[in-house]
Amino acid sequence: MTSTDSIPGAKTGGGRVGDSPLRPDGTLKVTGQFAYSSDLWHEDMCWGVTLRSPHPHARILGIDTTEALATPGVYAVLTADDVPGENAVGLEHLDTPALARDIVRYEGEPVALVAADHPETARRAAKKIVVTYEELPALTDPRRALDPDAPQVHEQGNLVREVTIRRGDASPTAPVVVSLEFEVGMQDQAFLGPESGLAVPAEDGGVDLYVATQWLHVDQAQVCRVLGLPPEKVRLTLAGVGGAFGGREDLSMHVHACLLALRTGKPVKMCYSREESFYGHVHRHPAWLRYEFGAQPDGRLVYGKADILFDGGAYASSTGAVVGNGGTLGLGPYDFPSVHVTARGVYTNNPPCGAMRGFGCVQAAFAHEALMDELAEAVGLDEVEIRALNGMREGDRNITGQLIDSAAPVAELIRTVRDLPLPPERTSTDLRELPGGVSNTTHGEGVVRGIGYAVTYKNVGFSEGFDDYSTARVRLEMSGGEPVVTVHTAAAEVGQGLIAVEQQIARTELGVERVVVHPKDTTVGSGGSTSASRQTYVTGGAVKAACEAVRTTVLARAGQRCGQTGLRLDGDKIVATSGEVVATLVEVLGDDAVEETVERRHRPTRPIDPETGQGDAHVQYAFSAHRAVVDVDVELGLVKVVALDTAQDVGKAINPDAVVGQIQGGSAQGMGLALMEEIVVTDGHVRNPSFTDYLIPTILDMPPMQIEVLEYADPHAPYGVRGVGEPPTISSGPAVAAAVRAATGKALRRVPIRPEHITGT
Amino acid sequence: MRIQLTVNGTRHDVDDVWPGESLLYALRERMGLPGAKNACEQGECGSCTVYLEGVPVCACLVPAGQAHGREVTTVEGLAPEGSGDETALHPVQQAFLEKGAVQCGFCTPGLIVSTHDLLQRNPDPSDPEIREALAGNLCRCTGYEKIMDAVRAAAEALR
Ligand code: FES
Ligand code: FES
Repeated sequence: MTSTDSIPGAKTGGGRVGDSPLRPDGTLKVTGQFAYSSDLWHEDMCWGVTLRSPHPHARILGIDTTEALATPGVYAVLTADDVPGENAVGLEHLDTPALARDIVRYEGEPVALVAADHPETARRAAKKIVVTYEELPALTDPRRALDPDAPQVHEQGNLVREVTIRRGDASPTAPVVVSLEFEVGMQDQAFLGPESGLAVPAEDGGVDLYVATQWLHVDQAQVCRVLGLPPEKVRLTLAGVGGAFGGREDLSMHVHACLLALRTGKPVKMCYSREESFYGHVHRHPAWLRYEFGAQPDGRLVYGKADILFDGGAYASSTGAVVGNGGTLGLGPYDFPSVHVTARGVYTNNPPCGAMRGFGCVQAAFAHEALMDELAEAVGLDEVEIRALNGMREGDRNITGQLIDSAAPVAELIRTVRDLPLPPERTSTDLRELPGGVSNTTHGEGVVRGIGYAVTYKNVGFSEGFDDYSTARVRLEMSGGEPVVTVHTAAAEVGQGLIAVEQQIARTELGVERVVVHPKDTTVGSGGSTSASRQTYVTGGAVKAACEAVRTTVLARAGQRCGQTGLRLDGDKIVATSGEVVATLVEVLGDDAVEETVERRHRPTRPIDPETGQGDAHVQYAFSAHRAVVDVDVELGLVKVVALDTAQDVGKAINPDAVVGQIQGGSAQGMGLALMEEIVVTDGHVRNPSFTDYLIPTILDMPPMQIEVLEYADPHAPYGVRGVGEPPTISSGPAVAAAVRAATGKALRRVPIRPEHITGT
Repeated sequence: MRIQLTVNGTRHDVDDVWPGESLLYALRERMGLPGAKNACEQGECGSCTVYLEGVPVCACLVPAGQAHGREVTTVEGLAPEGSGDETALHPVQQAFLEKGAVQCGFCTPGLIVSTHDLLQRNPDPSDPEIREALAGNLCRCTGYEKIMDAVRAAAEALR
């Protein structure tokens, strides 16, 4: 919420495009001063808590709030009856009640809210709310969702979306055929900053909401609908975000805090516990995948078939778009003459699933990469050359018929990771370097090394005809005798480093050192979502365009003053074509500011054909490859990842250090899904909603990484950038899984790979 | 109940503390010191790490009452004092900033306290020793590589 001024002393260069300046919010973060959404405080504030459904599917027969309301210290207890507007939110479909009315469709669905003077008072009061449920048969196996006798989760049926991709030969055959079935468990984003925020009622009858999110404007629209208020009365400001990874695309406590604030007339803070967080946001879709590849005896692909099922859980969230990605990108970055893909997403009474880093491509990658290894073995090629042989190239058409019109260096990426030095053979018996670590489970006996490869790709930005844009307002003025630029966008900084990128672009375009990034809020137009690896491209592009507009205005003014054309801006000077300085910025600006607001769209994408799935669905593709080296204790099923090396084409690294940071962090999340991360759901109940039982990689689990960053500029993108954040999460997991298969000789058709899958016990 | 404690060298008298409250809650919500973070409040993530009488603890697991009469140091109290420079950083903080070990930063306060403690005990830790010492601090953003870089750099700066 504090505006971030530029910090001099950039690490390298002057903090322009291509440099790696220090994070503008870094000093606040290392000193504990940065205000995250859970740190907010307000005079006279009270605390809100949520009462959630204990059942995966039930009818609400009645809610008695009398005792809760009578609890000393309680200010309000709200149910669906207290929703003033339309009780419906959702990213793609308005299918999600802000508070359940009549029916609950998953364990953890919000049913009632309490505001009280202390969080513990509120929690205890919530326990006194008596909800009478009549349990209903729950649909918890997505593979049964489309059976005629399956329980119906919503009136419109259990299918959220089905995508079919058909290309080439309708019934292709090939001399070599390989196939497999794969299953991917439910992963959690596990951002560390819990869902939280502060809603402050305003004198105009509206509300100001300070919240951690990925897209302020899409939140605002949903909150307005539920509150029955116009946008000018629902103002959102981004509070400090403790990571997101897709898990903050949907609303969590946003509407709830606003409802309580408007009812009590007091500022209301809400902050989920870790357990509630596991119920309070969508997860990565679990998936069931059936694949078949046909090839020539030399390994060249003839056709690819896939049947993919995503469990969307109780509400749609972004399931439709995930299915779109699973379908259009589900065969991986390879050239297939004939294609037959079906992807479906269904409703169940399991936890709702939606966006997570890698969005629909992560699940598919485990299957297509395992099958590429099968194919390599069947035709007698190695894992690298089979991928290089079939890898997409610029000028190819992908499975939806879209022309790949910029770099697609699949062969180069996979060969690059192969050629990186391998870690030395393990010689030490230091327990810390062995699977099982200091648990002292082995001294090296039964430990086998394996190496695995994967290459994948991902769309950047929103697809299938979505009106994807960002707005930037850039202002140039003199302050204290020096030029200052203020960049105002609503694009969320979630830790990835967007504010640094905004500053770098403004410095580069306007040649001004001092660049202030305005707090992110809804007083400027939408920045679009901080997801789909899109912000550097789309908001970065908007900032660039707004800077160009400012520059044009300044030069026009200077031109009027001196009667010349062809001027350029050089630092604080206006320079003529002759090289002569015709004016200074101070002279041109005076006390006036130049401010321009620009909405920038990338090249339009198109919906895919409903029958064939053909169409220019995506705006850009990003490619990456990983090589994993693992040591596996094959007797106990314990895995130690020894090395995780990667190569990725980023188009142009605006901030090389931040690019590497994204690749490292993204790789860790992919590795986590391969080996340890799963929300275990049985009969619709989450079994492990804690960091005790849901494991994410620790510093002991992560190996050192060698990272090769390629920069093949995309001529259609600002500065040639290619989205960076997601690809590493997609290719790292399949490489790790392949390495474990190589070490154990087991097929391992499910992730996360558990010890018992390796030992067969 | 009322508790009295010294935090970052300043004495605090805190009233109306509910006996179930953690030291973390008291610091964050009653003393205006939200630097220690609340990522799990169940002792699993290390984001709430503070010194209690010079020993690093998960503040979420310590009842506030147990800190009565004791001395606490949080991430807010690590920067060198008295330099008059608001942006003065401890070498551990400086290293995290410079090495890009901070993304969202939610893990950072806990990691900085844990690193500060490690380097006091062991000024020249090997990589396995660093990993062991920081195994209780989760980070979801960085993949830990730049955290390793930062700890190595801080060790060097402090030697
Ligand atoms: S908040 Fe204390 S260990 Fe996680
Ligand atoms: S930087 Fe986000 S959790 Fe570590």
